[in-house]
Amino acid sequence: MKILIVDDFSTMRRIIKNLLRDLGFVNTVEADDGQTALPKLQAGGIDFLVTDWNMPGMSGLELLKAVRADANLAGLPVLMVTAEAKREQIVEAAQSGVNGYVIKPFTAATLQEKIDKIFERVDA
Amino acid sequence: MTPEKLTKPDERLARARDYVVALENGREQEADRLLVQIANMRETMLFQEIGKLTRELHDSMESFSLDEKFSELTEKEIPDAKERLNYVISMTQQAADTTLNAIEEIIPISEELDGKSQELNQRWMRFRKKEMPLSEFNDLSNDLADYFSKSTNSLQTMQLSLNEVLMAQSFQDITGQIIKRVINLVQEVELSMVELIRISGGNFVNSESKSSLVNPELAGPAIPSLNENDQVDSQDDVDDLLSSLGF
Repeated sequence: MKILIVDDFSTMRRIIKNLLRDLGFVNTVEADDGQTALPKLQAGGIDFLVTDWNMPGMSGLELLKAVRADANLAGLPVLMVTAEAKREQIVEAAQSGVNGYVIKPFTAATLQEKIDKIFERVDA
Repeated sequence: MTPEKLTKPDERLARARDYVVALENGREQEADRLLVQIANMRETMLFQEIGKLTRELHDSMESFSLDEKFSELTEKEIPDAKERLNYVISMTQQAADTTLNAIEEIIPISEELDGKSQELNQRWMRFRKKEMPLSEFNDLSNDLADYFSKSTNSLQTMQLSLNEVLMAQSFQDITGQIIKRVINLVQEVELSMVELIRISGGNFVNSESKSSLVNPELAGPAIPSLNENDQVDSQDDVDDLLSSLGF
């Protein structure tokens, strides 16, 4: 399972990478913006996307929409990990097809729970 | 003194002429009186000029919506920015505390493990060099079993503490986003002030508006004291909101 982690703050990418490693996901790649992430997704091989929302070039929401609009990527499970906490934003993300939404600051347990949930649904 | 209505500069000139005439004829009191009148005229002109400039400045500000800008800045954005920076201070404090607590927990455990390890090692070396009688070996064997079980616990405790330190570093991302927003605000204040200087006639090169560091439509990290009730407070709230909508 190869996971792409997208966030413009490298600290956050490191933290998520370490947490995923603890959960047994050792195959991770990173991108610092939606713009650099999309080509990596389109190149193939990525099974799960973890992304922030607020990024200068292409936002996480725009990335999500691009993924859902691409025939090859439409089914990709996407987890948003973000500081954006306004209700209308959460709803917008859900309506755009996000599979899980975690707000910062978060705990390791929450991240694990959401990832497990996403993969339960995918397998079902 | 001439009786016709005069323009102000002419009035002053007329008064000045009268002043000279009064002096030449030794009419001291009249001269003093005229001097005061001339001085007063100058003051009045000055005040009228200032009043006109002030009015013009105010009108310019209104036409550029600067006065709205300033009131928005002073009533909302700058107080918000202070809250945000205070929040940064409290987040960084919290992260430092969590990290220091974890360290204070880990160090004694690690020292104890080290001490025990060394002690057992010495006894084990004696066993290897065949310098240990059987009775002592039995004790060593029991102590080793004990050590393995205790050290597993210690190491697990240490791992939990290290995970806490890992998670504590997430403050950097959140405080970074908050600070970016405050930088944006400072830029806005800067641009407004430049605009003000420009329209009030000061010599200033128009600075181009720099592109925003953050997307103005997004709200950014939740600052508890600035919540206008359209933000969620916790992950549980997020989960509830999503499940209530069928997601």
